[in-house]
Amino acid sequence: MMSQINNTENDVLNVLDVMDGNENGALQYLTFELEDEHYGVEILRVQEIKGWDNVTPIPNTPSHVCGVLNLRGVIVPIIDLRLLFGMTFNEYTKTTVVIVLKVQGITPRIVGVVVDAVSDAQSISADAISVAPDLGNVVSTHFIDGITNIDDRMVMLLDVDKLLSIEQVG
Amino acid sequence: MSIDVSQFHSIFFEESFEGLDTMESGLLSMSEGETDADTINTIFRAAHSIKGGAGTFGFSNISEFTHGLETLLDQIRNGERDTTNEAVEVMLSAVDTLREMMSAVQDAADIDEEKVAHVSSELTRLLQSDEEAAEAQTISDETSSNETTLATEHQQAGWKIDFKPLPHLLQTGNEPSRMFNELAELGKLDVELDDAALPHFSDLDPEACYLSWQLRLETDASIEAVQEVFEWVEDDCELSISPLVDEQHQDTTQLEKPFQDTDASPSTAPIAEQAVSTQSPESTAPKVDSVKKKPSTPSTEMASIRVGTEKVDSLVNLVGELVITQSMLGQIGENFDIKMLPQLIDGLEQLERNTRELQENIMRIRMLPISFVFNRFPRLVHDMTSKLGKKVNLVLSGEQTELDKTVMEKIGDPLVHLVRNSLDHGLEIPEKRLAANKNEVGELHLTAYHQGGNIVIEISDDGAGLNEEKILQKAIEKGLVEADENLSPEKIHELIFLPGFSTADAVSDLSGRGVGMDVVRKNINSLGGNVEVISEPGVGSTFTIRLPLTLAIMDGQIIQVAEQRFIIPLISIIESVEIEPKKVKRVTGKGELYNIRDEYVPLIRLTNVFNLDGGVETLEDGLLVIVEAEDRKVGLFVDELLSQQQVVIKSLETNFRKVTGVAGATILGDGTVAMILDISGLLTMHREPAKQLNSSVIKVA
Amino acid sequence: MANILAVDDSASMRQMVEFTLKGAGHTVTSANDGQQALDIAKTKSFDLVITDVNMPNKDGLSLTRDLRQLSAFKFTPILVLTTEAGPEKKQEGRAAGATGWLIKPFNPDQLLATVKKVLG
Repeated sequence: MMSQINNTENDVLNVLDVMDGNENGALQYLTFELEDEHYGVEILRVQEIKGWDNVTPIPNTPSHVCGVLNLRGVIVPIIDLRLLFGMTFNEYTKTTVVIVLKVQGITPRIVGVVVDAVSDAQSISADAISVAPDLGNVVSTHFIDGITNIDDRMVMLLDVDKLLSIEQVG
Repeated sequence: MSIDVSQFHSIFFEESFEGLDTMESGLLSMSEGETDADTINTIFRAAHSIKGGAGTFGFSNISEFTHGLETLLDQIRNGERDTTNEAVEVMLSAVDTLREMMSAVQDAADIDEEKVAHVSSELTRLLQSDEEAAEAQTISDETSSNETTLATEHQQAGWKIDFKPLPHLLQTGNEPSRMFNELAELGKLDVELDDAALPHFSDLDPEACYLSWQLRLETDASIEAVQEVFEWVEDDCELSISPLVDEQHQDTTQLEKPFQDTDASPSTAPIAEQAVSTQSPESTAPKVDSVKKKPSTPSTEMASIRVGTEKVDSLVNLVGELVITQSMLGQIGENFDIKMLPQLIDGLEQLERNTRELQENIMRIRMLPISFVFNRFPRLVHDMTSKLGKKVNLVLSGEQTELDKTVMEKIGDPLVHLVRNSLDHGLEIPEKRLAANKNEVGELHLTAYHQGGNIVIEISDDGAGLNEEKILQKAIEKGLVEADENLSPEKIHELIFLPGFSTADAVSDLSGRGVGMDVVRKNINSLGGNVEVISEPGVGSTFTIRLPLTLAIMDGQIIQVAEQRFIIPLISIIESVEIEPKKVKRVTGKGELYNIRDEYVPLIRLTNVFNLDGGVETLEDGLLVIVEAEDRKVGLFVDELLSQQQVVIKSLETNFRKVTGVAGATILGDGTVAMILDISGLLTMHREPAKQLNSSVIKVA
Repeated sequence: MANILAVDDSASMRQMVEFTLKGAGHTVTSANDGQQALDIAKTKSFDLVITDVNMPNKDGLSLTRDLRQLSAFKFTPILVLTTEAGPEKKQEGRAAGATGWLIKPFNPDQLLATVKKVLG
């Protein structure tokens, strides 16, 4: 009984993928680097990529909240992903990159994340993605959607909504 | 062509809610005996429009419910019925019910059907005292018997029609040829003209119709369908329709069957059916369709504002000017030469003026008259005074004073609270008033006016005034003041706004839902305004609310602390002073107080509350900005005062979250973001570490 | 297509009528009440007038009577939007000079069918 239901669900998913115009259920991801690690976010969630700009700090916020930026009249918070992931702080330079992401939640929000460098846009098919390993209490992995391999590098695919939820970020 | 009428829902609701407000205020004036024809006509029209619109846009339950109300109003309008208090009360509750029904439909929520049925039966009961209900019954009986005769009658091959228009037919805008075209759509039409009545040319009136026609229509359509074509000219012509005796249509028998079927099922009879449904409902119990099953009511209502055309026109003009300025500047920029500097400066000045005017005009679009809020008070006062056994004359003035829509939406509740408070605690019962040598009818004034960049709203009564003794006693009980403190009457009045002052026994079932004056003040403060009270025993009290005209733009003072720029709302700044070290008092812990004109105000270091590094530390090197919030003064220690300017307020919550001590953010001239300080929030943050201290006690020097 | 004057004090009805007629390719001028409609009618002629009955300032029947006094509107079809289907109301409309009526509530299709009936 259960398996039947699952089958139907899979069929529905496949149909949706075809409707998306993606062959083999592949999704487009933007990959970027943090320290020596590789991450990816769904490209449809990326509003724009821009260079580092001076931000205005927000009082009494955790260190990974760099501050806010004026993005054509919209006040956008900027999150340092290194600090959010507990990595060491990297000085911001002219080459530091901010990826501006569209986050779905109770209300949609725009949030920028600071990363070391943007690598590439990649088409990744659904069957090439495996479930993220449980790393126990050491590292929180609930915002990792899955992992995949691109050219022998492991890429962690991030769930933007979980990663940048108010609870997570604020 | 099929048109989705749901696109008109939001405007329908908007206009219906306005109509309901109109009806309510009209009914209230009727209850006071001021029944004049204009008022009743206006109420009637509002009900009529709601009924018509509701029917058109698919809210049949609302339309049906309104019908009873409309009939009642129509009878009053035609002088067939006297305006009794009972009728007015029933109609008022019908207005309430309609408002609830519409809100429910708008939010795709459930309608309180019990209430609808109850109020509806009240209306029916009033109506049934006349023979109106019986009449409606006859009409619907008539129509249904009509239908039965029709269903059996069209066993024919077609119709023979004699059509002789009266001479004036053309002047009704009807045109025989159009009717013939319409008939031709029903089947095969033969037209024979009879011009026998045509006079000699010299006697001919070019506007009259002298012709008549004999028509043969081969069709399986019913006589109804044929009559419908002539429906509009029935009285403007001689018309006879008789069945065609013709046996050439062998196949009619086959065609007949399906026709009889469709005709018998009422759902396909188009306009006639509609007419019946608008006629009959008053006699029957209301059919309340469940709203849930209507998918055509999306809850994605967009808030909208109605803007007068003249406001839009002036914007268009301003944009026109802006375009001219821009092209002028563009020309200067094309081959710039230093000799053109004066022109450039002129152009920039013009640009600045354009921008300012454009801004002012756009803000004006969001401005609505405060009557939108004031209008609910006649009803509130009417309901409350009858419950309290008091007599009150409510006087509204300055209803046309405009303020921002957002401010308006948020000021309603605090105002209601203050008005309830005046009615409940301020104004006395008639006997007491007479004993105090006052008119037994109390006066309650609601006044609004502009003052500077603010709107001032006053709620003033000629009641007993605040009971200072009782207030003081309660404040001492609550530990808000020391028993031996000697407070001026003004200070005592202020106590009612303290958190924790309002208690269960101060709240009657009418004046509050357990909400205290502190909440009123807090809500008003959060709008960037303030409230104060003046009271004299036996004479009355006046609450004065001051609010900024808009929440979107405010005047700000830019300050600098630790290399960062912040904005202090100008409205909360009292003064800025250089610090004299000897006036600073350090109290246990890390608290600092500053003595300004014999008043000690807490000194808040922004570097402390915001955990900022750097910045001026020595008090003499900085400045103290004295600000006021929640009626308390504090001094903000800043490095430097920069310029003052108007800032556009942007919310941090849109993309982030609320931050304590920060009211929002704005974008400065150079494109960077600056935080706008929230003074009340800063006060709380400053108090927080010393929460155990009795810090809410008012310190009087 | 036709040039139509639509008169209704209710903004939602006005919008619906206007939208429907424009969608069918007609040119529509709107007025909020009878007086405004009459003022417009004095400066411009129309192929058809559609008017509500109950309106402030000047109701639909007075408007119809006044329009018939204008030479440009002597033969112009005038349709009256009414919620009453009773014979007296119809008689009143006819006496005022209305061409025909459309009974509320109506939907856009019914409106177009009726307009077609008078415009041919």
